[in-house]
Amino acid sequence: MPASTSPATPAPIEHLLGLYRMMARVRAFENAAEETSRGGVAVFGSTADTVALVRGPLHLSTGQEAVAAGVCANLARSDYLTSTHRGHGHTLAKGADATMMMCELFGRASGTNQGKGGSMHIADFSVGMLGANGVVAAGIPIAVGAAHSAKIRGSNSIVACFFGDGAINRGPFLEGLNWAKIFDLPVLFVCEDNRYSATTATDAMTAGAGAAVRARSMDIAAETVDGNDVLAVDRVARELVARIRAGGGPQFLHALTYRLKGHVSVDPATYREQSEVDGALASDPLKIAAQQLAALGVAAGRLAGIDAEAHAEIEAALAVARGAPWPQVDAAYTDVQDTGRGQWH
Amino acid sequence: MALISYAQAACQALAEAMRSDPRVIALGEDVGHGGIFGQYRGLRQEFGAARIIDTPISEATIMGAAVGMALTGLRPVVEMRVVDFALCAIDEIVNQAAKNRYMFGGQGRVPLVARLPIGIWSGSAAQHSQSLEAWFAHIPGLVVVAPATPADNCELLEAAIACDDPVIYMEHKELWGLKGEVPAQRTATLGTARIACPGADLTLVTWSKLVHTAVEAAAQAARQGISVEVIDLRTLWPWDRDMVLASAARTGRLLVAHEAVQAAGFGAEIAATVAEELGIPVKRVGAPRVPVGYARTLEDVARLSAEELLQELKRFVERDPRRQTQA
Repeated sequence: MPASTSPATPAPIEHLLGLYRMMARVRAFENAAEETSRGGVAVFGSTADTVALVRGPLHLSTGQEAVAAGVCANLARSDYLTSTHRGHGHTLAKGADATMMMCELFGRASGTNQGKGGSMHIADFSVGMLGANGVVAAGIPIAVGAAHSAKIRGSNSIVACFFGDGAINRGPFLEGLNWAKIFDLPVLFVCEDNRYSATTATDAMTAGAGAAVRARSMDIAAETVDGNDVLAVDRVARELVARIRAGGGPQFLHALTYRLKGHVSVDPATYREQSEVDGALASDPLKIAAQQLAALGVAAGRLAGIDAEAHAEIEAALAVARGAPWPQVDAAYTDVQDTGRGQWH
Repeated sequence: MALISYAQAACQALAEAMRSDPRVIALGEDVGHGGIFGQYRGLRQEFGAARIIDTPISEATIMGAAVGMALTGLRPVVEMRVVDFALCAIDEIVNQAAKNRYMFGGQGRVPLVARLPIGIWSGSAAQHSQSLEAWFAHIPGLVVVAPATPADNCELLEAAIACDDPVIYMEHKELWGLKGEVPAQRTATLGTARIACPGADLTLVTWSKLVHTAVEAAAQAARQGISVEVIDLRTLWPWDRDMVLASAARTGRLLVAHEAVQAAGFGAEIAATVAEELGIPVKRVGAPRVPVGYARTLEDVARLSAEELLQELKRFVERDPRRQTQA
């Protein structure tokens, strides 16, 4: 690849450093969320510890950072994104502010959702992030509708629709892909395949060859990529996004990755072999990117600096979130509905 | 003033909204062909396929896509054909459309109208005949409307399309052909009931097709010396507490009648509220808790006739201990 002066295609080293930086921020965010959630959810008969800062189920994307970073690097702020219950990485990579996100996880009034959604429903409409969703595959029809809307309104926005491998066994997956194809909509479907549907291996629950084949059966072009290789994700996503922007209709990216943590933060994930986890740790997306950068001659100290910056950013976010105000009780009654406001019984 | 049908009235409301606001679109199965009840007739010709959108039989995605459209600047009108089919889209209605604004801290609004026709539709049996309005009235975030007349089906549909909240709009499948006047001046608003006929001895609250049955029963009751005030609730959530409480306070008795199954129906909510607030006798009448059967004899078990309603309200008035004391 010739050295480019176009801002759209930055020099390879700088571009990869940017992707690495985003992954490092997501990793730092997930680690901090995990740490501050300890004791925050009732599990196996125990009661939730009320002192935990992050309450309830926390679905970590640790190990899946390359998919979020690689795809979102190819989106503009005006593009839309729908996400899943495991959505912190997508949200951060789409441009949301880490401090407001952490405030949301802490349930504070200054959070992205004013403390009303938490981890599972994190959203930042100001950057086109239309919401994480607590229902598997539920974001797919919403994404398709946002794309249909863009087409009707004559907008140039496209939509990136993230979902997991478990989602391909739900009806809205079939319905949504069919809809996007027949209406020729600008959607990038991203199946973030971490191999587990909650605590059950997806393979055993899935007939046929899986996500990409199902997409192709509806005449939607599908690419499978190593979802732990951020450069590969970025390269394929760039190609698919370019096709969508050129009017090529929906495209499908099947990214193979691995969920390094359990289904939720308190899940020890003892249902999988340690050798499987060890293998996944060896192909940790941050490690792979670090190796690629080393091969390009980037000094280890530079990556350590990026890691330290990410850590500092998240530490600062934690400090703000710890001191942030709780929602007032009155807020329970706001943003419900305007028609009949005040009639609660 | 010309008489137009309940279906034409809705068509007129949608056409006017689409003329005045390019953000208004409609989507659903068969809408391009005018809809299976004729409630979209002529709209494809005027507004084109991009705004009157024929969809696959994909209820979840029809509703979910409408949520995505509403979040990004459109005002979709969603056709679900019958409420029974909307059960295939219950996640999209309850978890997505109704929750979005609150759950995301007010970042987005979901200004959509979901048309979920209710009611027994002669000979259509168990999966095309339900009245499930209470399900939706139970869900915070939703407005629930059930128009009884052509005038209301025009005015309330217009109001629903103009509303920034998600509206569950429940027409009745046996009212499509009902003719009536539709005044040029719009007076109906969401959340406001109307007195279908005034009376002094008993307040009878109902909605949708049963309003007509109730008015007929009230006319018969009047001939037998019982003066019944019929309130057409029009909107189930928010329901017009002020009008119902004022009427019930005046008459001293409340009867709620609905076509839906009586058990856990919305009539229970109204009756309980009136009993709590006024301490007067209350009574509910609804369908037995059985599916709607196909044969006429079975279907009629689920229908409430004017004669049955008359008997119910007479029994209610006659059993009232205060009346016995007076006698």
